[in-house]
Amino acid sequence: MGVITTVSTWMIPCIILLVLLVGTWKRVPTYETFVEGGKEGVKMAFSLLPFLLGMMVAIAIFRASGAMEAFVSLLSPFLGLIGVPSEIVPLALVRPISGTAALGMTTELIGTHGPDSFIGRLASTMQGSTDTTLYIITVYFGAVGIKRMGDALKVGLIADFIGIIASIIVVTIVFGS
Amino acid sequence: MVNIIWVMMAVIGILYAMFNGTMGDVNKALFESADDAVMLSISLISVLVFWIGLMKIAEASGLLEGMAKLFRPIITRLFPDIPPNHPAMGYILSNVSANMFGLGNAATPMGIKAMQEMKKLNPSEEASRSMITFLAINTSSVTLIPTTVIAIRMKYESVAPTEIVATTIIATLISTLGAVLVDRFFYSLRSRRMQ
Repeated sequence: MGVITTVSTWMIPCIILLVLLVGTWKRVPTYETFVEGGKEGVKMAFSLLPFLLGMMVAIAIFRASGAMEAFVSLLSPFLGLIGVPSEIVPLALVRPISGTAALGMTTELIGTHGPDSFIGRLASTMQGSTDTTLYIITVYFGAVGIKRMGDALKVGLIADFIGIIASIIVVTIVFGS
Repeated sequence: MVNIIWVMMAVIGILYAMFNGTMGDVNKALFESADDAVMLSISLISVLVFWIGLMKIAEASGLLEGMAKLFRPIITRLFPDIPPNHPAMGYILSNVSANMFGLGNAATPMGIKAMQEMKKLNPSEEASRSMITFLAINTSSVTLIPTTVIAIRMKYESVAPTEIVATTIIATLISTLGAVLVDRFFYSLRSRRMQ
């Protein structure tokens, strides 16, 4: 653990060091270039706001009304058929929709079942190996003004599904159930 | 499709609340989440300014291009639409590496920059082939060190908080590989329809 913590605290400062040294070496006007890029960043953050707000409000309505829970319990039997443990079903379904909700669920699963239980390990693996597809699509496509996103959502959701199934298989093989 | 999902979540939520007696919660959540979104955007400002500023220097100094050159054999195969020397390649690589090392807040700015560069190659409102591939890789999340999860496991006194690193990496590899294959499959469907 010590190594990992050290690596992650050293990583960003070392990246900065490298970029600044190479930039100076290559005679890039470093500070001006940084500011130019930064201006772009400010614009980006503001153009993202409506996309984030719209999506987060819809998710909040869905969640607060209790509909998300109903949706999860509706789909549980189907996922149970293909071998997804019932405790993990809510996490699997919520992971692509809401990052905060998923993180909350993972924390709760680890707390209730213990970090070293099958469910705890599975929740940990699942949380780490998939991402919030809806957030990524909202932010990335929103920022560059893509209106027709083609197969992106389909591909993203299928990838999430593959990730969930892969997590179950890998955790079962490595740790046993 | 996003339009449908968006409307569905809100409409189903509101209708469900009518029968479930949770309208009060919905009302509260509505404005709380709107506030959260503003807070999130504001906290994104610092991250976006910092990383995009820094990456601009990396781009100007040729560092980004050098990195792209290193991984050219893999990345040109994944993104055949992007010219090998295009800056999009460098940003795609930085985004993927930031994700890999758990620098989540650096990954978003670089991902957005990568999308902007890809849009320059294909200026329309429709997602290009490479954009969809890039999204597929991103949603399947290429993580090597899941720092948040490790932190949670430590909090609950796991005997071996990092034991899930290996399983996470394997699961990530499978899901990323799966994502790339699924993406290829849909692409071949699309190009067949075009003919």
